[in-house]
Amino acid sequence: MAGIWVFAETVDGTPAPVVLELLTKARSLGETTAIALGPGASKSVATLGNYGATKVYVHEDPAFRDVLATPAVELLAGLIEKDQPDLVIFGMTYDGRDVASRLSARLGTALIANASDVVRKDAGWAVVTPVFGGSLLVTTVPRAKAPTLVLIRPKAVAAEPAASPSAPQVETLTDPVETGRPVARVLRREKEKASGPKLEDAAIIVSGGRGLGAPENFKMLDELAAELGAAVGASRAVVDAGWKPYSFQIGQTGKTVKPAVYIALGISGAMQHTVGMKGAKTIIAINKDPEAPIFKLADLGVIGDVHKIVPQLIQEVRSRKGK
Amino acid sequence: MNVLVCVKQIPDPNVPGKLDPQSKRLVREGVDAVLDPGDEHAVEAGLQIVEKVGGEVTIISMGPPGAMEAIRRALAMGGHRGILITDPGLENSDALSTARAIAAAIKGQTHDLIICGTESTDGSSGAVPAQLAELLGLPLLSFAKKLEVTDGKAQIERQTDDGYDVVEAPLPAVVTVTGGINEARYPALRGIMQAKNKEVKQVGLRDMGLDGQAGKAALTEEVVEIKPAEARKAGEVVEDKGEGAKRVADYLAELKVI
Repeated sequence: MAGIWVFAETVDGTPAPVVLELLTKARSLGETTAIALGPGASKSVATLGNYGATKVYVHEDPAFRDVLATPAVELLAGLIEKDQPDLVIFGMTYDGRDVASRLSARLGTALIANASDVVRKDAGWAVVTPVFGGSLLVTTVPRAKAPTLVLIRPKAVAAEPAASPSAPQVETLTDPVETGRPVARVLRREKEKASGPKLEDAAIIVSGGRGLGAPENFKMLDELAAELGAAVGASRAVVDAGWKPYSFQIGQTGKTVKPAVYIALGISGAMQHTVGMKGAKTIIAINKDPEAPIFKLADLGVIGDVHKIVPQLIQEVRSRKGK
Repeated sequence: MNVLVCVKQIPDPNVPGKLDPQSKRLVREGVDAVLDPGDEHAVEAGLQIVEKVGGEVTIISMGPPGAMEAIRRALAMGGHRGILITDPGLENSDALSTARAIAAAIKGQTHDLIICGTESTDGSSGAVPAQLAELLGLPLLSFAKKLEVTDGKAQIERQTDDGYDVVEAPLPAVVTVTGGINEARYPALRGIMQAKNKEVKQVGLRDMGLDGQAGKAALTEEVVEIKPAEARKAGEVVEDKGEGAKRVADYLAELKVI
């Protein structure tokens, strides 16, 4: 039983939130090993253990942080050959997708992307993937040699600490990292300003689409969000048009969110958007197009003009809060 | 500068997709096939580069014979020539087979830059560009919302969760672009006419020496079940006749948000 591996992306020693979700899933499937790479990775060991890793491979070379995908692929390919895991789980993140995809080509193994679940089936695995905005669930089984590589979407699994965690066995690697060939190197990182709660953690999200008509109309979303203590999100059409930075994007290529309340304003509900928000507990939608697919998901839908209704709603919320 | 742009023909994404439960394949009948809108940005990015520094853009696609339409559309935008990989043995190919076929089809040719969309609009796995980069031994610059090519290097702004990273790689390299990178041009009538006479080479499995290594013969995975997801209960939809905002506020109060 060679076990389950989790590609544990860390930033300065803190595991990415999706890693804790992956570990929660992995430990239900078998003995779990985490691979933590980059400067500070050793600081993540305790958390990885708390969520179910019984072994952690650590390699702190800066190349894992500064070079896209290839150093991780080289290292993983070597470790996989040595240990022969059955399953390697990655988060469907920018880096996770690049690493898993390259690795599948290197090893000639199955890669199943966009997954929401992995279960044992017969002697192997069955992977569940939502398609068409989550309206259909496709079950795929690998037909190639082990390991099967699976990319799981963020927020598909609820992260829970293990009931009785033990300190994981740590193997610290120091082998030189292969970066001799041409690589993609990160020169600098730019952070875009955001205010209010983080989208990923927000209980309430006010999100805007192309139906807002112009970038300046996002001001009323900001106002409504401030009144509700909500985070502001956006559809892909909006970020592609440059109205909002990409960090606001919710959907297939953006963030996956699961707030208690999601308020969609001028969003039609294209599949690539709904896959990122249909896990919301309650969905409220305002859109002028009665045929907009978002109304099929909404608990409350209002057919009407966002430019008229949103300012009224802000007033309405203010007056009720005043009471 | 030789630029290769990978494109895919997909069922019109504005028509809700359906899978056939028997064959477990997309129902394509009655749905127009179009050039993936995400790929139009890849074509545009390629055209802008050669317009600046000179060179040619080759469009490559894998699909049924009808995928020629998608290539013609990209040629109408301004692409110079096309390659269509088509073979009955490639039906139902998975991502790795697709990447292997593209790698084999361009073997022996030199491309300074290979540009792809970040992911297809229908499949969304986004695996092919990275697999192609790995098979060709090239660096991958992924999720580019800006691309500049100078002095044998490509530099991108790579989308991240909280902003972007500036990432650089020497050429040749593979780049995946997001929709925000440019506004894709609309083919002019002149371009559409010219596209009909542009060279499109057709290649099959045998031409590529890939018999048994791609398509059905080399599937790494198999779909065994398709079922509807638990649907969200469709809620109440009301038309705004002046009371819409109040109705939403009432609901927010019910939910104890206010």
